[in-house]
Amino acid sequence: MSKRLRARFAQTKREGRAAFVAYVMAGFPDPDHTVPLLLGLEEGGADVIELGIPFTDPLADGATIQHANEVAVSAGITFADCLEMVQEARAQGLSAPLVLMGYENPLLAYGEKQAAADAAAAGADGFIVVDLPPDEASTFRQACEEQDVSFVPLIAPTTAEKRMKTITSAANSFIYCVSVTGTTGQRAELPPSIGELVTTIRRYTELPIAVGFGVSTRDQVAEVGSVAEGVIVGSAIISAIEAGTVDGCVERVRSYVERVTGRSVDKS
Amino acid sequence: MSMETSSELAPRFGDFGGRYIPEVLVAAHEELEEAYIKARNDTTFNEELAELGRHYVGRPTPLYFAQRLTQEVGGARLWLKREDLAHTGAHKINNALGQALLAKRLDKPRIIAETGAGQHGVATATVCAMLGLECVVYMGTEDIRRQSLNVFRMKMLGAEVVPVDSGNCTLKDAINEAMRDWVTNVRTTHYLIGSAIGPHPFPTMVRDFQSVIGREARTQMLEQAGRLPEVAVACVGGGSNAIGLFHPFVEDPVRLIGVEAAGEGLSVPGRNAATLVAGSPGVLHGTHTYLLQDEAGQILETHSISAGLDYPGVGPEHSWLKTSGRAEYIAADDKEALAGFKRLTQSEGIIPALEPAHAIHAAVRLAEEVGEGGDILIGLSGRGDKDMHTVAEALGVTL
Ligand SMILES: Cc1ncc(COP(=O)(O)O)c(C=O)c1O
Repeated sequence: MSKRLRARFAQTKREGRAAFVAYVMAGFPDPDHTVPLLLGLEEGGADVIELGIPFTDPLADGATIQHANEVAVSAGITFADCLEMVQEARAQGLSAPLVLMGYENPLLAYGEKQAAADAAAAGADGFIVVDLPPDEASTFRQACEEQDVSFVPLIAPTTAEKRMKTITSAANSFIYCVSVTGTTGQRAELPPSIGELVTTIRRYTELPIAVGFGVSTRDQVAEVGSVAEGVIVGSAIISAIEAGTVDGCVERVRSYVERVTGRSVDKS
Repeated sequence: MSMETSSELAPRFGDFGGRYIPEVLVAAHEELEEAYIKARNDTTFNEELAELGRHYVGRPTPLYFAQRLTQEVGGARLWLKREDLAHTGAHKINNALGQALLAKRLDKPRIIAETGAGQHGVATATVCAMLGLECVVYMGTEDIRRQSLNVFRMKMLGAEVVPVDSGNCTLKDAINEAMRDWVTNVRTTHYLIGSAIGPHPFPTMVRDFQSVIGREARTQMLEQAGRLPEVAVACVGGGSNAIGLFHPFVEDPVRLIGVEAAGEGLSVPGRNAATLVAGSPGVLHGTHTYLLQDEAGQILETHSISAGLDYPGVGPEHSWLKTSGRAEYIAADDKEALAGFKRLTQSEGIIPALEPAHAIHAAVRLAEEVGEGGDILIGLSGRGDKDMHTVAEALGVTL
């Protein structure tokens, strides 16, 4: 439900901090670990969760998330499987708002209307579709609206100001602001212009703005959190999953989130 | 000249086409569309393109009546539109030249491209050398292996060839990687797509640049045969040579037949590249079109003996020509392509690329159906030097 997303951003605002938005890929490192990872993210302090829908051709993703896609596709994970995982996580007590993130073709193959309806029924709260700008999204947006799941549009550093009104008016929970002109993946330094971009977007919407792409360290999370209402971390979490044994992945991710959100003492 | 003038371009062909792209790329596509609309209405641009077409590419390319082949096959007269004689040896140069001139107008000093067979990479590297533009070509490692001659040509021409080692290691994966480069360097870089695929305005723009093939062929048929052909046949990978041949005949009573790669057979998913014949609609590489995909919308692997047809998508205009019934699409498998290759080589002394060899095979089949007194126009999209290794390997010959 869009409401669950709005409520969470309202809550973090009241608490005077940015929401921590954490991404994992369904079926990575294997299908059995996805639900425990979702719960582990929440336990570690994630405010909002993005669950990646695997696709064979993730052309906006850097090497880390590409690899996660490949593994999940090889494991045969479909959009229907993603919904089952969401349902199971809810059954096991996941309370954080959850947004499904992926590419258009698996949704189209499932049926856009059906995808929105079944996502709502499974307990998902929204969609981020990387290759579906609002201009091409009329059918899907309507389907989302009917089911009260949120369509989360993206804004990039190259987005012209004259488009921002169209894009922000397509949103009803938050705006995904892409921090860099590039693919997903960790970066040593973030562009200094993020603050400016957020300020520009803010002229067109009162909705919360979450910034993602390239964010990984505790300092970067703090830096982005000082200019935006949400900080999105993806590749760094995938890397944490990969950084040791499969059995240890949930614990590693939980402690990574604790560390970068500042909820536990930095051990590194 | 010839391109229709208009202040707007339709983003779709019926249900197909559109612009399914990450937000980062939207501005670049809008800018490109605007620049292209200006250019196509600008006599200076069109004259520069035509002039380079004449003196650099060698246009018009001949229309050749394949007399011995016709006699051998028995039936309709077979005509070859000789894009193999265009500079660099394939039709790809028509599009590369047009887009590179446009990139200059956009002030983008860096060109990226993907290539399968290497022909588009070579064409792009060639025009970049001529226009003084930086050139980076993405190519799957499987294609690098089977098209090593073209890899060396690109390097000699000053291009950087970047191996792509993901997925199937062929054309689709090279496009993904080129897109990732573009997402990162969009402010300085033009992505010179090599077929009539991708987000709007690419399918329209590439079709326009390739339509010179069909315009010339139409005039030449009227001059040399005294009439239009019954059928026009071309191979379809992404579909640029086919749409270039077909488009000027769309309003004529001419059957249009596209020939896809059946690889090792249509019944073997993952081992063919017959998108329109065996696929279903979806979204890949920024456009809504027919795709080879599974039920969950994952893109299938493909196979064809010809690297240039080894692609699980197809240009959206072909999807529309198929569903509207204006064009027909069939498939020829690897063996049939080899048969077409041998046939043309030995009956006419013309060595075709393996891509148009699929069309030659289909035309030979059609010759009987169309019958004596009829004419079949075949798009001979490129020459076969690049494929000698592959053909030798297929015939069990060690070079
Ligand atoms: C000679 C030749 N013909 C055809 C093709 C297929 O491309 P398209 O379908 O865009 O013409 C290629 C691609 O590399 C080629 O080199």
